[in-house]
Amino acid sequence: MEPKPRRILVAKPGLDGHDRGAKVIVRALRDAGFEVIYTGIRQTPEMIAAAALQEGVDAVGLSLLSGAHMTLFPEIVKLLRKRGLKNLLVFGGGIIPDEDARALRKAGVDRVFGPGTPLQEIVAYLNEKLAVAR
Amino acid sequence: MPAKSDLKDLIRRVRRGDHAAAARALSLVVDEDESAASLARDFFKSAGSAQKVGVCGPPGAGKSTLTGRLIGLYRARKIPVGVLAVDPSSSLSGGAFLGDRLRIMAHATDPGVFIRSLASRGMVGGLTHAIFGAVHVLEALGCAKIIVETVGTGQDEVEIASVADTVLYVTTPALGDEIQAMKAGAMEIGDVFVVNKADLAGRDKAVADLRGALGLGRAAGQAPRAWEPPVVAVSALSGEGVEALGRELDAHWAHLERSGERRERLKRQHRAELEFWIQRRVLKTALGRVDEKALKDLLSGKTDPASLGAKLLRKH
Ligand SMILES: Nc1nc2c(ncn2[C@@H]2O[C@H](COP(=O)(O)OP(=O)(O)OP(=O)(O)O)[C@@H](O)[C@H]2O)c(=O)[nH]1
Ligand SMILES: [Mg+2]
Repeated sequence: MEPKPRRILVAKPGLDGHDRGAKVIVRALRDAGFEVIYTGIRQTPEMIAAAALQEGVDAVGLSLLSGAHMTLFPEIVKLLRKRGLKNLLVFGGGIIPDEDARALRKAGVDRVFGPGTPLQEIVAYLNEKLAVAR
Repeated sequence: MPAKSDLKDLIRRVRRGDHAAAARALSLVVDEDESAASLARDFFKSAGSAQKVGVCGPPGAGKSTLTGRLIGLYRARKIPVGVLAVDPSSSLSGGAFLGDRLRIMAHATDPGVFIRSLASRGMVGGLTHAIFGAVHVLEALGCAKIIVETVGTGQDEVEIASVADTVLYVTTPALGDEIQAMKAGAMEIGDVFVVNKADLAGRDKAVADLRGALGLGRAAGQAPRAWEPPVVAVSALSGEGVEALGRELDAHWAHLERSGERRERLKRQHRAELEFWIQRRVLKTALGRVDEKALKDLLSGKTDPASLGAKLLRKH
């Protein structure tokens, strides 16, 4: 059978109201063959976790510019795990120092991408990560 | 594919109202996993238990925003609601931007609401062949109202009218010309018409135009109908008119029940589901057997398309 498209939830937690960056990613992922669900801005961790569960996604991408990533990202991972999404891939984007990135990785955020990351890199990362397990 | 005992457990959990289980079952059904057939066998027992409201109309008419309002209306009455929002897949990449949930996030954490976005995945028009199976999962989950949103205008491969009990056609004042030119197909599939964005200029004219167009259809020699499709002006943005719309949706449901039409529609839906199942199966089997050897046999004149086609269809 032909492979089914992978599904990705792109979410914007926190209070910042700019989602141009998130929308660029959404479009790039769609053009790379993913089915992308976008939640829009200012979503609470609970809303994001519920959406990820109902949508049956293979990965959740969190975009955040406001600097609250150290509290919001781990909280979202925790809620996802609590809902039974134990192996769901979580990645993030934003202005995140290396030190924070390491701590986030420990908290279950597989990878964070800086603001200038080429879209191809994110696509390649997801293709590789989602190629195996389902 | 999950083990058999896991499937049983999954079915039980769905029937208990477990969202995680429903999400998993939906993935298995939509992805046509090998387990999908056993799941479908059970979930089909619930077929017909919910009012399926199809929300269709041109892009940007406000279908998702309105869907959000309808969820709010039903939830105020404590009715469990399911939503299936379908968007087209890109024919180039196979990917899709599923943007409907964006407008419905206010209900994201309500345990009485289950929302799933679906991509049309290769089907022409607004819907996916998987829509039938997905509806049955939500019926089994206990949703009493199921809203199916799709861009659709009555000329699609899977028509909203063969999925929904009540078809709600959404248009706007800005689409006045569209109303004028509205295809007979769209006029015929609608059970309830909404002029959305009633907060914008031109609302009364749009309502009058639409009523006129609907009336003209009848004057052209059709017998009077037991249900005259109402036209409701709504602002999904402000909520104005949503209560009135809710009453029309309830009235239509009552009409279907009273007139026996509900059973007729269910029959039509089952026919469409069955036909799609057969079509998919033929596509996956017989068409998959058209290979180089088959073409060579035709080139060499060893056989002809009709004979070979019949043979490929018979082969197991
Ligand atoms: N002024 C006004 N704008 C509205 C109303 N309802 C929706 N909109 C706006 O219209 C735009 C499209 O709304 P959606 O609900 O996404 O429309 P849709 O029909 O679901 O769009 P697609 O799914 O892309 O076809 C958004 O910017 C909404 O805010 C309304 O009643 N009044
Ligand atoms: Mg929409």
